[in-house]
Amino acid sequence: MENIKFCIEKSARIGKLIEAMYEKLPEIEADRGVLVTESYKATEGLPLIKRRSAAFAHILRNIPIVIRENELIAGSTTVTPRGCQVFPEYSYEWLEAEFDTVATREADPFYISEETKQRLREVYPYWKGKTVSDLAKANMAPEAYDVFMNHGIFTVGNYFYNGIGHVCVQYDKVINYGYEAIINEAKAELAKLNFGDGDYVTRKNFLDAVIESCEAVIEYAHRYSLLATELAQKEHDMGRKLELIRIANACAHVPEKGARNFFEACQSFWFVQMLLQVESSGHSISPGRFDQYMYPFYKKDIDDGVMSIEEAQELIDNIWVKLNDINKVRDAASAEGFAGYGLFQNLIVGGQDEYGMDATNDLSYMCIEASIHVSLPQPSLSIRVWNGSPKSLLIKAASLTRLGTGVPAYYNDEVIIPSIMARGLTLEDARDYCIIGCVEPQKAGKTDGWHDAAFFNMCRPLELVFSNGYDKGKKIGPDTGDVLEMKTFEEFYDAYKKQEAYMISLMVNADNAVDAAHAMRCPLPFQSCMVDDCISRGKSLQEGGAIYNFTGPQGFGIANMTDALIAVRELVFEKKLVSMAELKEALEHNYGKGLRGYDAEKLTTEIAQKIVESGNSLTEGDIKEIYREVTTGEYLTASTKKRYDEILELIAGLPKYGNDIREADLFARDVAYTYTKEVEKYKNYRGGQYQAGLYPVSANVPLGAQTGATPDGRLAYTPIADGVGPVSGSDRRGPTATANSVAKLDHGIASNGTLLNQKFHPSALAGMAGLEKFVSLIRGYFDQKGMHVQFNVVNRETLLDAQKHPENYKNLVVRVAGYSALFTTLSRSLQDDIINRTEQGF
Amino acid sequence: MGILDTQGRIFDIQRFSIHDGPGIRTIIFLKGCALRCRWCCNPESQEFKIQEMERAGKKEIIGRDVTVRDIMDEIESDSPYYDRSGGGVTLSGGEALCQPEFAAAILKACHDRGINTAIETTGYAKREVLEKVIPHVDYVLMDIKHMNGEKHKEFTGRDNALILENAKYIAEMANDMTVRVPVIPTFNDTVEEIRAIAKFAAKLPKVMHLHLLPYHRLGRDKYTGLGRGYALDGIEPLPQEKINTLYEAACESGLIVQIGG
Repeated sequence: MENIKFCIEKSARIGKLIEAMYEKLPEIEADRGVLVTESYKATEGLPLIKRRSAAFAHILRNIPIVIRENELIAGSTTVTPRGCQVFPEYSYEWLEAEFDTVATREADPFYISEETKQRLREVYPYWKGKTVSDLAKANMAPEAYDVFMNHGIFTVGNYFYNGIGHVCVQYDKVINYGYEAIINEAKAELAKLNFGDGDYVTRKNFLDAVIESCEAVIEYAHRYSLLATELAQKEHDMGRKLELIRIANACAHVPEKGARNFFEACQSFWFVQMLLQVESSGHSISPGRFDQYMYPFYKKDIDDGVMSIEEAQELIDNIWVKLNDINKVRDAASAEGFAGYGLFQNLIVGGQDEYGMDATNDLSYMCIEASIHVSLPQPSLSIRVWNGSPKSLLIKAASLTRLGTGVPAYYNDEVIIPSIMARGLTLEDARDYCIIGCVEPQKAGKTDGWHDAAFFNMCRPLELVFSNGYDKGKKIGPDTGDVLEMKTFEEFYDAYKKQEAYMISLMVNADNAVDAAHAMRCPLPFQSCMVDDCISRGKSLQEGGAIYNFTGPQGFGIANMTDALIAVRELVFEKKLVSMAELKEALEHNYGKGLRGYDAEKLTTEIAQKIVESGNSLTEGDIKEIYREVTTGEYLTASTKKRYDEILELIAGLPKYGNDIREADLFARDVAYTYTKEVEKYKNYRGGQYQAGLYPVSANVPLGAQTGATPDGRLAYTPIADGVGPVSGSDRRGPTATANSVAKLDHGIASNGTLLNQKFHPSALAGMAGLEKFVSLIRGYFDQKGMHVQFNVVNRETLLDAQKHPENYKNLVVRVAGYSALFTTLSRSLQDDIINRTEQGF
Repeated sequence: MGILDTQGRIFDIQRFSIHDGPGIRTIIFLKGCALRCRWCCNPESQEFKIQEMERAGKKEIIGRDVTVRDIMDEIESDSPYYDRSGGGVTLSGGEALCQPEFAAAILKACHDRGINTAIETTGYAKREVLEKVIPHVDYVLMDIKHMNGEKHKEFTGRDNALILENAKYIAEMANDMTVRVPVIPTFNDTVEEIRAIAKFAAKLPKVMHLHLLPYHRLGRDKYTGLGRGYALDGIEPLPQEKINTLYEAACESGLIVQIGG
């Protein structure tokens, strides 16, 4: 018998809502794109920030609105379920280019009608040269742009093409006091302005824009109130009629004013959550500590006896469903990197309050229960764990983990609080942290974290050491000398650090260029009015209005780099079993396993040239045959291939990160420092500091496909290791050994987050004893200062069968990286990667 | 020479073991056993000598000589998980009691470090061996396989008299003890036999729990890998209804019975 708190029956409504939502492929809608263009055309003479608020207001006045069948809470960004709007002010060319393929592409397809294509084609020409993306490109140093676009060492693509998002605003302020209060706050600031102030103009324009935005939101809610009234008049079902009337009454009151009960608090929350995603295309708009700011409303209604726990649960469940209704179309390459229609709306429960007391309440459990009921990818549910967390909360969380939907993710207060305090947060603010997007901690309502600023592939600088700074025939990195002349391992490692540091400086240049472009083209008055101190400073988040400003680019590939550097040190320098020349050649030839793309073409040309130079002629067929042999590895002699296999065997016998081998793990820590300590030297456009994260989301797959063979025995084009975990398949000593290894990294310095994925067979969590042992595993990892851990609980056979029969597994949710996604919507290569992550447990 | 220098022979260390005793445990598998149970799923554990076994087409050396010091680091590295889960170290085998000096030294070293200890044993050992080892054990998991001496000898190679006598002695001495019964078709899978074992176990002091471990074939390939025949070829695992019947029979003893470890 399992005694788990807050097991509440799921209402029939929730199943119906989910079914209706997943009936069809999501669709791209044109309305927002058309409306924003109309407004921009009409406001060309105005200051930028006012053009932004005018556009937002124009959209909210005119965009079609719907109330979906059976839903208790109103507000949808699109007419069609799970549909998405477009944001041409950020970028548009990629979508125009993908009009005819977006519905059939592998990762995250979207339906788009001919009519929508036509409407968008009409407005797109207006944006030529005017987008954030255009300006970001112009802002970048050409060296940085070249490496970003053509060499795949890092990518800043996310904010280059899209809004920034990655924020948790003051939901509590809106829910408690309404936009009316924010308007009054802005008016009070306006009244304080002196005519002689040097920044009178910028402040006044910003505050005017805030007021216009808030008024537009109030008006938008009133449109819903009217629609609900109309629908109620036509409704024959008495029960539904009353629900619609309740919506009508609520939307007439919130979010204009403070909520009067839990239901209105839910409705008010929802308007904030969805409208942030209408103003900008940024994802990871994270609700944060929902259990904390919603609790007073819940408690009052329960105490007053006006709402049952079941009614409250149904409302929470409904919000959970609606979080999956918001969607976003990305370019094909980014869709691979963030696969699974993820919007990363991270919602966190439990943990300490600002005074250091445990903050767990009924809603903490009910949020977990909602994820059990709804079983969909959104929200990205997280649990804060600290020494004083109640066991019952962790058992409840483990019972959700056991379902295998990849949530919740577990976060360690004991690491994160000091980590962000070291970045300048006050003790109270640090204790009140929430998680943004995948794994990034911030203090809600005070921060512009620019988390997820870039992916940095830590394996690529190593390739540059071997090529002395050349990639695809072009010199892109610094001179570090001929690798064959290097006498010591230290010399080799220093060369790596030098290549890496240079590439980090280019990444910073690119990030700051994008950051500036957002401030110059797309400041966001609505988002900004819910983050301190934008209103009192009189400037937007994008212009540095927040109290805490950061940029957090994440590095990945620590495991590969650790194993690779150990291989070079042991085999080349210490034991001298492989010469540097041999290793270089083995890498260039992908250990004899065949080449692809640029590498294959280059080698084919070289071989063909040699034949021609020796006086022989070649037909087109001959060249095709050479190319074929290059791609399969057949062009090499048997003895060469045998030697490459021997080298692979030697590498396989070396100690590997992830097996609780102290020496290897401490070396991994040092390797991580080469990234984290270099990154934190830099400042961003908003005057804030850079802070590193260590995780790839799912970019380890597409960026791995652009990476040659590495000395850890990894073959070219295969995925880089996931998160801060060991190389797939090289962790052979069980989950405690892996956790111990990962805990030896310095997580505190990676204050933009680290990510450990563990995969379990369901049998490891069977029964109450299973749940308790599972919780102990997390506790033991966190005792050793691990920062984050999440789990995939599903067996290998299930995943293989899902690949064969996707039609039977439409609802199979797996943990991808910092988020969960439907397995069948992922690309084949990402599916394979998930299957190959070692399955722990017995 | 201290206990850390005591040498012994092991063939595996398995961490994050969650189905053998309380909490998260590390199992040390000692090599060598006095019994030759036909169903044994670790046939590579039986011989004390170091052997070669073929697994998935590759030859593997089974068995290595280590000192207690050699393995304490690995044991201690999971201490955070033992502490959080109430787990610890379990000696298994083979038969840990076949290497009494070594077994006692590991257990003592664990106790010195505040690590909880358990042992999985056949109970086949001399009295002085028990006196040496059992005082360092917090929890004993002991097999009682059959009440009939001849049948016991036929299927395990040894008579059960010493084992039954030791069961009483160990139960007196131990802090806590659970009786385990491998349930093997054609050997002891009858209501009468299980009832008899359970009745015997219920009379032992301190014993509150009985675990029925249904036969499985997961060790079969290892016999091939060792170049040995598998004596139970053709024997099917027990159907669930049969397991349920035997479970009920065992419950009559008043012990708390569970299926599986």
